[in-house]
This record gives sequence, structure tokens and C-alpha cells, in this order.
Amino acid sequence: MPHIALTEGLPGIRGPMVFSPETTKPLCELVELLLTGPHTLTPAEREIIATYVSSENDCYYCQHCHGSTAAQHLGGKNADYQFISEIKKNFDATSLSAKMKALLNIAGKVQKGGKHVTEADVSRARAEGATDKEIHDTVLIAAAFCMFNRYVDGLGTWQPKDPEIYREIGRQTSKLGYVGRDYKKPLEAIAGKQGETEG
Amino acid sequence: MAHIQLPEGLPGIVGPLAFSPYTAKPLLELAETLLRGPNTLTSAEREMIAAHVSYRNDCDFCQLSHSAAAAAHLLGNYDLVEQIKISPETAAVSDKLKTLLAIASKVQLGGKQVTTEDVARARQFDATDKEIHDTVLIAAAFCMYNRYVDGLATWAPSDREAYRAMGEQLAHEGYVRDRFQEGQKAAQA
Repeated sequence: MPHIALTEGLPGIRGPMVFSPETTKPLCELVELLLTGPHTLTPAEREIIATYVSSENDCYYCQHCHGSTAAQHLGGKNADYQFISEIKKNFDATSLSAKMKALLNIAGKVQKGGKHVTEADVSRARAEGATDKEIHDTVLIAAAFCMFNRYVDGLGTWQPKDPEIYREIGRQTSKLGYVGRDYKKPLEAIAGKQGETEG
Repeated sequence: MAHIQLPEGLPGIVGPLAFSPYTAKPLLELAETLLRGPNTLTSAEREMIAAHVSYRNDCDFCQLSHSAAAAAHLLGNYDLVEQIKISPETAAVSDKLKTLLAIASKVQLGGKQVTTEDVARARQFDATDKEIHDTVLIAAAFCMYNRYVDGLATWAPSDREAYRAMGEQLAHEGYVRDRFQEGQKAAQA
């Protein structure tokens, strides 16, 4: 049960988003700017940063939505989903670029607290070719997900466990982005089996 | 020294906001809506939640600027704001605000720390769903702003007087302003 009365059948952040449209507008614009659109970091790379931070914050809904969106950007095969789950476990052991590993290291520090980021962390990212904008955006993506994760978990939102729901969310978000969507509309993967996935 | 090259002389979050104006827009709109939009919680109460969370996140710039904003809404009552940051249970504020501050403290630690009991206690003192929602989102948002400010190692002025002026401006003019220009003027002064 969520801590406040939210529309039933809307998973994770979608309940609070529909509850509070006036705050949803800037929240959606922020995530759209951070994770979609032209950038020297690919949408998959930026979704990976969001996924990793959400996993470190232990937010089930956010890590699976953004993990699925990242996997879809990479092609949407089972191997892509497997790659995302390996990144969450131990990104240093994956085939990610050295620059991405250095940026994920910074994101992990931001998750613990802003002051954990050291000059050495930033120098390492620069040595791998990271620009000021990439470092800035990594810090802001990580910080923003420390907000989104707390928003989703702090209200005790409904977070279904059915992987097909997250596949659908990832497919839609990788194509449509975050703004101008109808978040009130129930997901197809939920519509058929409400009750089965409840809890 | 900040971790990236920021325009000089801009304090705290103003540097990164100027560095990245396109993300500044939704960040400032969010703060404006949360802290100054129409609400049954006063702006002073909402700024106190922001100051309390920023204090617990040990973010000097945010806690001092939002303390000053709260105090500006309270006609300069800095003593009350200091109490709210350090021991809200004993501060001279309503029981409702105390229970909301307790929820905000839990959110600061992590979303899952908020319990049904925390929320039930707030409801006992007539907190509405919207007030609970807004408290959670203000606390969550300051877990973002604080990390943004400290994660880039921005400059926080040590002069308390600088925050007093910022607080007046935040309280009375709000968050959606041309801060870059203001900062440049301040730097030249």
C-alpha cells in the first residue's frame, strides 16, 4: 500500500506523477534533457548511469525501468539485459569503456554524498577523455536519481516484479522519451494480469 | 576549486546553473513550485524542510541559503531555523511540521526508511496526502540539489551576510530569475 492515495495500477513513479502534475512537468523535462537527445554520451550510457545509481539506492522500480530502457537502446536482446545486470553487480568487470567506468565511479560517489567525489575521481575521468560537460551531466544524473529513487520509495509506491512490465516500459521509453506521454494510461503488460502482479 | 570549469564568482548552485542553462530551467521551476507554489504549508515551513535536509546532507551552501530564505519568510527569526535544523522535536513549531520533518529526515537517509507509522503520525496531526507528498518530494529534491552542489565542489561563500541577502531574494523574488546576470553583478561589485 502506498503511503498516500495514488491511482491504482500505475507502477512506481507514475502514481505520484499523476497525483502531482505541477511538479511532474519540471521532473519530466529534467529527465528528458538528461537522458535523451543529442549528447557525446549515448542514451544507453546515460540510462546506464541512472540504472547504476538506482541500483545502489536499492530502488527496484527505477533500476528496472532504466535498466530496460538502456537494454532496449542497445538492441533489446537478452544479452543486452544480461549486460545491464552485470554492470549493476560489478561494472569494472564488464566491457564498458574506460571512460564510462570512470564516470560510473563518480556517479557511485555522488550516490553516497556529493562530498565523496574527489579530485582523483575527476582526474581519472579526464584522463579517459571525459569532458567538463560529461562530468557535469554524470553528477547531475546521479544526483537526480537520488531524488527520483527517494520519491518512488519514500511514498511506498507499487512496484510490480513481472519482468514483462519493465520490458514494455523500456521499449516505450527508448522510443518515446519522457515528455508528452500519457502516464495515466495503464500498461498493457499490467492490464491483463492485475492482481497476479499485485504486491 | 570546482571539479569543472564554472563561471567565476558564482556561489554554490549558481555556477552549475550558469554552466548548464538548459537543465537549470526545470531545476529552478521545480524549486519554485515546491517552495513557493500555492500550498497549505507556508513557504517558511517548506524552506525549513529544505534547510533541515540540506543540513543533514552537510551541504553548506544549500543549508545556509535555505535557512536564510526560511528566516526571511519568518521576519528574520534565525533562532527558530537553527533549532529546526538541529533538533526539530524541541523547536517551537506545530506538531504537524515536526512529524513532516521526521518524514523528511527518513527520506534523506533513503526512501525505504519512511514507515507506515511515520505517515500515520503525520496524519494524526492532520497532514494531508498532498502535504505528505510534497514533504517527500522536497526532501528528495534536496538530496539532488545538495549532491549537485557538493559533487561538483562548488564555491560556498563563508560570509554569512551573503546568505542573508540571498535568503531575502529567494523568499521574495523566488527561484526563476536571471541569476547569472545577478551573479556577474555581484562578482563585479
